Amino acid sequence: MGFIEVKDLKVHYPIRGGVLNTIQDHVRAVDGVNLTIESGKTYGLVGESGSGKTTIGKTIIGLEKATSGQIFYEGQNVTNKARSRKEKYAAYNKDVQMIFQDATSSMNPKKRILDVIAEPMRNYFSYTPDEIKRKVVDLLEIVGMNEEAMYKYPHEFSGGQRQRIGVARAVASDPKLIIADEPTSALDLSVQAQVLNFMRRIQKEFGLSYLFISHDLGVVQHMSDDIAIMHKGRFVEQGSRKAVYNNPQHIYTKRLLSAIPDMDPTTRHAHKIERQRVEAEYDAQETDYYDTDGRVYDLQNFGENHLVALKPEAPNASLQNEKLNTGGER
Amino acid sequence: MAVERSLLEVNNLQVGFRFGEVYHNAVDGVSLTLKNNEILAIVGESGCGKSTLATSIMGLHDPKNTKISGEVLYKDLNLLDLNEKLYNRIRGNDIGMIFQDPLGSLNPLMTIFNQISEALEYHSDMNEEQRKARVLELLNQVGIPRPEQIMKAYPHELSGGMRQRVVIAIALANKPPIIIADEPTTALDVTIQAQILDLMNDIQDETGSGIILITHDLGVVAETADRVAVMYAGQIVEEAPVEELFANPLHPYTRSLLNSIPHELESDDDELHVIHGTVPSLQKLPRKGCRFAPRIPWIADEAHEEDPVLHEVSPNHKVRCTCWKHFHFEGEEK
Ligand SMILES: Nc1ncnc2c1ncn2[C@@H]1O[C@H](COP(=O)(O)OP(=O)(O)OP(=O)(O)O)[C@@H](O)[C@H]1O
Ligand SMILES: Nc1ncnc2c1ncn2[C@@H]1O[C@H](COP(=O)(O)OP(=O)(O)OP(=O)(O)O)[C@@H](O)[C@H]1O
Ligand code: SF4
Ligand SMILES: [Mg+2]
Ligand SMILES: [Mg+2]
Repeated sequence: MGFIEVKDLKVHYPIRGGVLNTIQDHVRAVDGVNLTIESGKTYGLVGESGSGKTTIGKTIIGLEKATSGQIFYEGQNVTNKARSRKEKYAAYNKDVQMIFQDATSSMNPKKRILDVIAEPMRNYFSYTPDEIKRKVVDLLEIVGMNEEAMYKYPHEFSGGQRQRIGVARAVASDPKLIIADEPTSALDLSVQAQVLNFMRRIQKEFGLSYLFISHDLGVVQHMSDDIAIMHKGRFVEQGSRKAVYNNPQHIYTKRLLSAIPDMDPTTRHAHKIERQRVEAEYDAQETDYYDTDGRVYDLQNFGENHLVALKPEAPNASLQNEKLNTGGER
Repeated sequence: MAVERSLLEVNNLQVGFRFGEVYHNAVDGVSLTLKNNEILAIVGESGCGKSTLATSIMGLHDPKNTKISGEVLYKDLNLLDLNEKLYNRIRGNDIGMIFQDPLGSLNPLMTIFNQISEALEYHSDMNEEQRKARVLELLNQVGIPRPEQIMKAYPHELSGGMRQRVVIAIALANKPPIIIADEPTTALDVTIQAQILDLMNDIQDETGSGIILITHDLGVVAETADRVAVMYAGQIVEEAPVEELFANPLHPYTRSLLNSIPHELESDDDELHVIHGTVPSLQKLPRKGCRFAPRIPWIADEAHEEDPVLHEVSPNHKVRCTCWKHFHFEGEEK
């Protein structure tokens, strides 16, 4: 059992249009997702851009409303309650924090960095101003920034520096789960390494969990215990890191893995050809992996800690497993 | 001397931000050239001045708080001398820019169609119908799903990656000969990233554009760039053709970067390589001597040049200083 359980979560946004601006249809941003989060573990969430990853994160912390489904925290139903000011939801509010994909727009431009980072501490703890300052300095140091940063405003920093400030703020309230939405995508490799090492260190120390959203499959592989691959609002494949990377089954997972850029410039032509081969395979086999409405099938058990969204009647035999086991090796 | 004519030439560019009464340079003497049909990648640590370099080429700095010197030569013009009206003609039409912060560069109150259409209106004389067709074509090219619907949406209704693709569509709208792309694909999944990079290559085949690609994703660099410039603290520290840079990286900063690439963990205590120390802020940055020396304190002082300059160590491979000859990682034998 996890301390957070997400059950059959759906988040649909209305599409308005026509002369009267009435609701014409819905975007099924998240369309039936299950997730169990245990303490001390990292869950990688990757997938197509626009597939609903941020929406899952925002719904868990209560910035978007669930259309249906439930979210449980320590057994308590907290669906659509995360922003509630009621005392009984206070622990949930403190324990679940998010690092936002768009660091700039998530920061109040009129606040100094000191206040940006200190905000969660002021909300949930009663530290003295001196203690707060000391903690902010520590946090800044951990994310590789100098003390002087405290008295500056967000616009005075580069994209990567602002992202680091976002990491420092998320950690400030000693949460149990951090939803990290592209936490290092604006960072260069060395600073990324610093932030990732730091995230793993505090995880070991405090048993923190992460829902780690990223387009960088190398980073996800480095960080995650379990991985979910998302496409069109649903999971196409879910399981242990090894199962998903070494034995990908869904055609979308294979396509994603084949598109990971290769660090060797001398083989780029061959790599491009292979990528385009898998893209063609995807186009050819799409109807085997999505229903007539283009919807991803329900997940089925495929192996130990490995779920794949296969066509219900498709045999999930090891024979098929062997046949499919050629592409996608990283 | 018969030299291939460059499309864009940046000479000794200095860009300083004002702190009280003094200016501190974020870009500190950068020179580079961009040729037709070429992708020049710029990589470097966060805060080293990449975006500042890009926005100053575009003439987008607030003149009250920024001091710029040097030259940005395009078609015999020094862009830094242009007035705002002339610059506006260049922007979008001759130089398309993809900004790092997609939300910040979109107008929250305008529909996607109106924003792309505005770029077309300004630089061409298409009628409404032609513009609509072109907007749809662009949205399709950048892989936006449901383009007819998305056209009518506002930026907040789009995912991070969809906004990024709208910004790319705007930059490419007028097929400019120069494209400056600041982290164009970091918000995108790898399949769409591949599609965008293919698209940039196609546009290049069609129009012969030169592209400055700012990214910290070395995989993207390896797959697309022709040449690479590595920046550290406002300066270029290494520049080489892409195969050469990956096969034979020389500057300690370049080597350190390559060493920090994430890998699958072997054990729980396995940590990624981190460069020692932090980048000083602009005010504290030492302007004399080697800027990278404090990050590799185990290298003896004598190994560094007093005032390191770029040396051409093999054809087209330039490295700042000579310290690379003595460099080794901490705990590693030379
Ligand atoms: N406020 C909103 N109103 C209408 N549609 C929305 C809204 N927010 C998101 N969407 C839609 O929901 C879908 C999922 O968006 P989401 O931001 O969760 O994607 P994502 O997986 O995080 O993508 P990316 O990797 O590009 O950040 C997209 O189709 C997007 O257009
Ligand atoms: N408007 C400004 N006022 C003062 N300092 C600034 C301003 N804009 C940027 N800086 C500083 O100039 C330096 C270079 O910033 P720049 O945005 O060019 O970095 P970058 O290389 O693009 O980094 P990143 O990879 O994180 O985007 C940084 O130290 C930053 O803090
Ligand atoms: S040798 Fe020169 S460039 Fe290299 S680290 Fe030392 S001072 Fe810097
Ligand atoms: Mg997102
Ligand atoms: Mg930048």
